[in-house]
Amino acid sequence: MSDVATEIKVPVVPAELVREPLVQNNRSFGWISDRVSAITEGKVPKWWWAAFIPSLCLLGLLGAMLFYQITTGVGVWGNHHPTMWGWDIINFVWWIGIGHAGTLISAILFLMRQRWRTAVNRAAEAMTIFAVMCAGIYPGVHVGRVWFDWWLFPIPTYQGLWPQFRSPLMWDVFAVSTYFTVSVLFWYVGLIPDLATMRDRAKTKVKQFIYGFFALGWTGSNRHWSNYEKAYLILAGLSTPLVLSVHSIVSLDFAVSQLPGWHTTIFPPYFVAGAVFSGFGMVLTLLIPLRSMCHLEDIITMRHIDVMCKVTLATGCIVSYAYVMEFIIAWYSGSAMEKFHFMNRALGPMWWGWVMMMSCNMIVPQLFWFKKVRSNLVLVFIMSIFVNIGMWFERFVIVVVGLYREFLPSNWGYYKPTWVDICTFLGTFGLFFTMFLLFMRFLPMIAVSEVKGVTPEADPHHPSAGGHGNGGKH
Amino acid sequence: MNANAKPYGLIAEFENTSSALHAAEKVRDAGFRKWDVFTPFPIHGMDKAMGIKNSKVGWFSFLGGVIGYSTGMLMIWWMNAVDYQILVGGKPMFSPHAAFPPSYELTILFGAFGAIGGMMFLNRLPKLHHPLLKHKRFALATHDKFFVVIETADPKYSESETRKLLEAAGSKRIEMVEE
Repeated sequence: MSDVATEIKVPVVPAELVREPLVQNNRSFGWISDRVSAITEGKVPKWWWAAFIPSLCLLGLLGAMLFYQITTGVGVWGNHHPTMWGWDIINFVWWIGIGHAGTLISAILFLMRQRWRTAVNRAAEAMTIFAVMCAGIYPGVHVGRVWFDWWLFPIPTYQGLWPQFRSPLMWDVFAVSTYFTVSVLFWYVGLIPDLATMRDRAKTKVKQFIYGFFALGWTGSNRHWSNYEKAYLILAGLSTPLVLSVHSIVSLDFAVSQLPGWHTTIFPPYFVAGAVFSGFGMVLTLLIPLRSMCHLEDIITMRHIDVMCKVTLATGCIVSYAYVMEFIIAWYSGSAMEKFHFMNRALGPMWWGWVMMMSCNMIVPQLFWFKKVRSNLVLVFIMSIFVNIGMWFERFVIVVVGLYREFLPSNWGYYKPTWVDICTFLGTFGLFFTMFLLFMRFLPMIAVSEVKGVTPEADPHHPSAGGHGNGGKH
Repeated sequence: MNANAKPYGLIAEFENTSSALHAAEKVRDAGFRKWDVFTPFPIHGMDKAMGIKNSKVGWFSFLGGVIGYSTGMLMIWWMNAVDYQILVGGKPMFSPHAAFPPSYELTILFGAFGAIGGMMFLNRLPKLHHPLLKHKRFALATHDKFFVVIETADPKYSESETRKLLEAAGSKRIEMVEE
């Protein structure tokens, strides 16, 4: 009886409330840097070459296509009156949308203290940078005379002319170039401590010099960490409104015009949600094979995949809402042109584009409601590719279907891409994958210092770190 | 040890975050000025344990942002309304609404430059040389070990007393680093 009375009651956390650890199997700090660095230090695996050589060939194809297009003219593409924007703008918007997941993961999830981001942010940021590079090619070459591209920037010229800042296309120049620059800076700042790790592990003088050069003499001093963490927080704070503004401004390229189907106020939020949706699709497409090929299952765990599926589902629902709302507003507006445009979108000659968009973006992601689906890697991988396809068709529907049935029936036309359009698009995949494969071979593709920071031992109050407090309960 | 080498400071190694944190508190309370803790990742609470004030990086970023926004607005006003006027659709020569998106982007761009520039300036990076980087064990500071370093230049420094303090803080491995 007395034994029972003196027993101290420790509140037991119910099993369903205990979160899975972010790094599985209680891996140590050393294991994390060894595991991640092994990808860059070991022998080049065969699958890497098997992926790299085709990517390099596609990159060559891109070079050839751009050379052909620049020396011949934009007539080699399928862009013709009335569809003056075709695959060039579709692919520009598609690639830049993919880039948005990287900044969302690195900035917005950082501000929201979503600690799971540490496992995927480095690769997602790299994906952002390479996707924006692919996107940037299109507006650069679709102007036709690429040697006048510098007119886009406010550089004093012999003509005394300046860019016309009332045009949303001009806003886009600033948005996309700022986005690229800030993404690169954010990525690089995150890399500095890991480059120092690579420098300190380097076996050869050359490696030590190169990693050391880019690590800027980082020592891990806490006085430095203090300023570093503040700078990182500010960059996250700046990147959050940046990422929201970039796709909003891309959408203004359409929404500021007077065209039915384009001239809508729903575009900015709908474009941003769609961008994040497609970006997470691409993150899943890349990371599901990589985590098993690079043996990173303990760092990029099933919990990470699960959360990313949920984000895809949430943003998929937002775009679905926008698709439906566009129809309702077209009906409610009472504008004959608006009504015609949306009827034509679903039932016109290009109905298949709309069907692809609706089925891939609205119906397929609904499967993510089921835990069984979210934990089936093969299924998640296939669905992530459907998301990418669906988002491509969304831009097809907006750009091409928005243009080929104009106000006057005498202006109506049809659109078909040429082989140059198709090969240029394939070529951008070459650029994207070549860059990504080089990145994962030469740089730590997981943010080593950040992952160490979210392990239980990193918390000085946790028993495993030698502390006596109640760590691990938050 | 090289007889000609000037001593830089005492380096004490710690195995885990908790002992490094408590060691930092002891060194802080002993009143040292020229000392630091080196860790593979930022440790929560270490700034307080070392007595470091809030970082000033924010001011650099703020300054960058203000410069960016005013550059954008002034540039667009001067280019489109003063230096070479182009009338488009009867719209005003300068309108803050149309000038806002590019200025907003420039605010972010310059703010980011400010944050990174400020961080590099306050940390005195890039640095080509640091005495600690020559020390063999120190490579583990970016791997899985934690180090407390007290410089000989600190007015409170005395080889035996400081060593005792670090031993009392729980370090099993204390060495002298040369300049």
